[in-house]
Amino acid sequence: MDTKTLEIRNLTVSIPTDRGVIKPVNDVSLEVPAGSIVGIVGESGCGKSMTARAVMGLIRYPGKVTGGSVFLDGREITAMPERERRKLRGAEMSMIFQEPMTSLNPVIRAGKQVAEAVRLHTDCSREEAKARTIAMFREVEIPEAEARYSCYPHELSGGLRQRVMIAMAMICKPKLLIADEPTTALDVTVEAQILALLERLRDAGTSVLIISHNLGVIARICDYVYVMYTGRIVEQAETSVIFEKPEHPYTRGLFRAVTSLREGRDPLETIPGQVPKLRHLPEGCSFSLRCGECTEQCGTILPELAETEPGHRVRCHRTGKGGAA
Amino acid sequence: MKNSLLHRLAQAAIVLTGVVMMIFVMLRIVPGNPIETMMGEHADAATVARMTAEMGLDQPLHIQFFRYVSSAIRGDFGTSYSLGKPVSQLMGSAFINTLMLALSAALFAWTVGIGCGILSAVHKNRLPDRIFMGFSLLGISLPVFMAAMFLQYIFAFRLQWLPLSGTESWKSFILPGIALGWNSAGQVAQITRTALLETLQEDYIDTARAKGRGPIGVLTRHALRNAMLPVITMMAIQFSGLLSGAVITETVFSINGIGRLMVQGISGRDIPLLQGTALLATAIVILGSLAADCLYSVLDPRIRVKGE
Amino acid sequence: MILTRRKQAEQAMDIALQSQIGEEERFGDLMRRMARENKTAVISFFIIILMILAAAAAPLLTPYGENEMDLMHRLSAPSAEHLLGTDEGGRDVLTRLLYGARVSLLIGVVPALLSLILGAVLGVIAGYRGGIADAVIMRLADVTLAFPSMLLAMVIMYALGGGILNVFLTLTLVNWANVSRVVRAQTLQLKNSEFAEAARITGVSGGKIMRRHILPNCLPTLLVLFTLNIPASILTESSLSFLGLGIQPPNASWGLMINTGRQYLYNAPWLCFAPGAAIMLTVLGFNFLGNGLLDVLDPRQKKQ
Repeated sequence: MDTKTLEIRNLTVSIPTDRGVIKPVNDVSLEVPAGSIVGIVGESGCGKSMTARAVMGLIRYPGKVTGGSVFLDGREITAMPERERRKLRGAEMSMIFQEPMTSLNPVIRAGKQVAEAVRLHTDCSREEAKARTIAMFREVEIPEAEARYSCYPHELSGGLRQRVMIAMAMICKPKLLIADEPTTALDVTVEAQILALLERLRDAGTSVLIISHNLGVIARICDYVYVMYTGRIVEQAETSVIFEKPEHPYTRGLFRAVTSLREGRDPLETIPGQVPKLRHLPEGCSFSLRCGECTEQCGTILPELAETEPGHRVRCHRTGKGGAA
Repeated sequence: MKNSLLHRLAQAAIVLTGVVMMIFVMLRIVPGNPIETMMGEHADAATVARMTAEMGLDQPLHIQFFRYVSSAIRGDFGTSYSLGKPVSQLMGSAFINTLMLALSAALFAWTVGIGCGILSAVHKNRLPDRIFMGFSLLGISLPVFMAAMFLQYIFAFRLQWLPLSGTESWKSFILPGIALGWNSAGQVAQITRTALLETLQEDYIDTARAKGRGPIGVLTRHALRNAMLPVITMMAIQFSGLLSGAVITETVFSINGIGRLMVQGISGRDIPLLQGTALLATAIVILGSLAADCLYSVLDPRIRVKGE
Repeated sequence: MILTRRKQAEQAMDIALQSQIGEEERFGDLMRRMARENKTAVISFFIIILMILAAAAAPLLTPYGENEMDLMHRLSAPSAEHLLGTDEGGRDVLTRLLYGARVSLLIGVVPALLSLILGAVLGVIAGYRGGIADAVIMRLADVTLAFPSMLLAMVIMYALGGGILNVFLTLTLVNWANVSRVVRAQTLQLKNSEFAEAARITGVSGGKIMRRHILPNCLPTLLVLFTLNIPASILTESSLSFLGLGIQPPNASWGLMINTGRQYLYNAPWLCFAPGAAIMLTVLGFNFLGNGLLDVLDPRQKKQ
């Protein structure tokens, strides 16, 4: 057993469009140590969901993985044939999605959909699968588990649906759970419960990779954080470190914006400009167009991810460690 | 409550009554005594008068209507002027033939239509897609009589693979079924393709894949179940077209069905026959749409809840 | 994509319900957009224009008379002199086709127009007046729509007798109900618009409001319905004539040509297939055009 449940090395995903190839995930490396919760944070479109999908092997045509490799528990899964990979999905690694409203098949009963996950990966009978599902429902704290088994998704609330999704993802006791914006569509009280549930799952032995644009969620449960921007990792550190001493101008901008919102400052501090389209990325650092501290070097040379202190890496020239190409 | 079965049945009953009234009135607008028209030159005043009284045609319209409806409910649709037999008897045997024809057409339309639709969706924008969509376009724009004659000419006359006409064996229903179902097949193919393409974009398809389902499993167990719903709605609409087309198909292939009886009713100025067949045909359409609507409610659990 | 009749009606309904009063694109812009996006619709448009011109100019295009018989050369196959062969009376098929086009196109357009007018008037009244008028008109529409179109046409033809005028009337009665439904829906929506309110306050009569304010706003949808009803009429008439219930000789329509040609299907198939192809081409053309118009007018598909 490896101490790293998930390891991604130099992953690149390319999508051919009629105006050229874009790379929503560009040379991304990250790891999820066993028994930890790791978060990826960034604005919509920064590539975090794509990264997750690439791990699961769920990238939709015409996009595909064009570089790098992914290791699950030490085994390289990017090189595996699809049939092998499919056996891992749902069993060794699973994923829950953002919209519980639309993530469940509306014409199949909730319980059956979860039972399906069991029967796909183990040789158990229908009754057994049902029993295991109901047990799992109880574990994720779905009240009246037996009755809920026969419910249709539209008969359940958002929070319950998300729990059903988690049950579906956990029922085969995967080593890795990827949660893509798990609480974005839920209200605050339910969010707290779901996050607590994720922590319990971590304690029980599943490593979690959580993706969110919500800094609060990240701060609450993550041990380690990666910040992504236009397909690249721009900063990574332990949660406490990154919140206390963010170094990358983008990260700092994000935190400032949230703080100013909370403190009700007027005017709200935002990061000037807009996220550039992947087709029109500048040659150097992709944040250079909006960065308040940008220099000429930033615009032409892409900075490397460099360690500023143990466990803390930043992709920026200003930290002095960006390094020339 | 709005969509409950009872409500729909009541609506169907109202429409059916309206249909009966409409047929009744329209057939009696014709100037002149129908007996006279039917008998033509053989009409002499005395016989005409006698038969008119016998058939109750001298009664006021609403009395005739009630008499007709009350007999019809009991199964008596009068006697055919031109063929001399009870209309219900004629319709009975004809109905079976039309049913066979309709089933044959539906079978063709649905297997070919859904099959093409699925293959088109799965190979979107590639060659199979273009070919199948081309076929469906052909299907939709080809009038039934053209399809019927074309098929008859090529497969029955030239190649002699299948019977030319009549209803001797089950083989006799193949060509007519294809001719009749051709149009529907085109529609079904297009709707299936669109519905499937839309369904495959849904989030729960991702969930299914994330669970470890293979492409075939995703298609059959998740995508199709949802994509078929709009296709079934089509069923409700296609009944009408099928019966319209049956009239032509039965004529071309000399099948003794309801459609052909109707044509006979018109050419023979045969009011009871025409009335009976029109009524039966429309009733089939109304009931058929009703059945399809109910089927839809059963299959889509979201509707079911609202309907209760 | 060609849509089914019902989908077309639904889409027309959507257009009706969502069209904004006074903010419609100018007709020219619409046509230009359609030309850009939907090449098949444009091609169809030109083919139809060509057909209409050919039908109108029939005497100029063919050396043969419409009923010019030549019994020495009856049932001859397509050749240099007779591009589509001759029929059982020795008449040139292409000529008959061209003259028949006049009838068939007329059969398509006139009833479509009449049913449009009838349907629109009844629809507006039903929507605007509401109450009993609405209930009665809508029940009538329901009953009409419950009939399979051929059956309804057959029964009405029986009641009215044969002849071209009765065919017009029949086709009008078969197609009005769809128009009515759509217009009624749009009326319900427009009834409460601002200028209708203003008109009412200043004392303008209901009839005037209907005529001046509501109907003109229904025009785009009506145009689409018109274009789509034409092929439906042509098909129904062809089927009726095919059964011997529609147009009677010596008038020729494509449907009638097929009917008479049927007896000779085995030795002179061109007699049936030529008019059949003509019908198909026309129907396809109008359908493409109609769907092109639908797409261009559909607010959901308006691109920014």
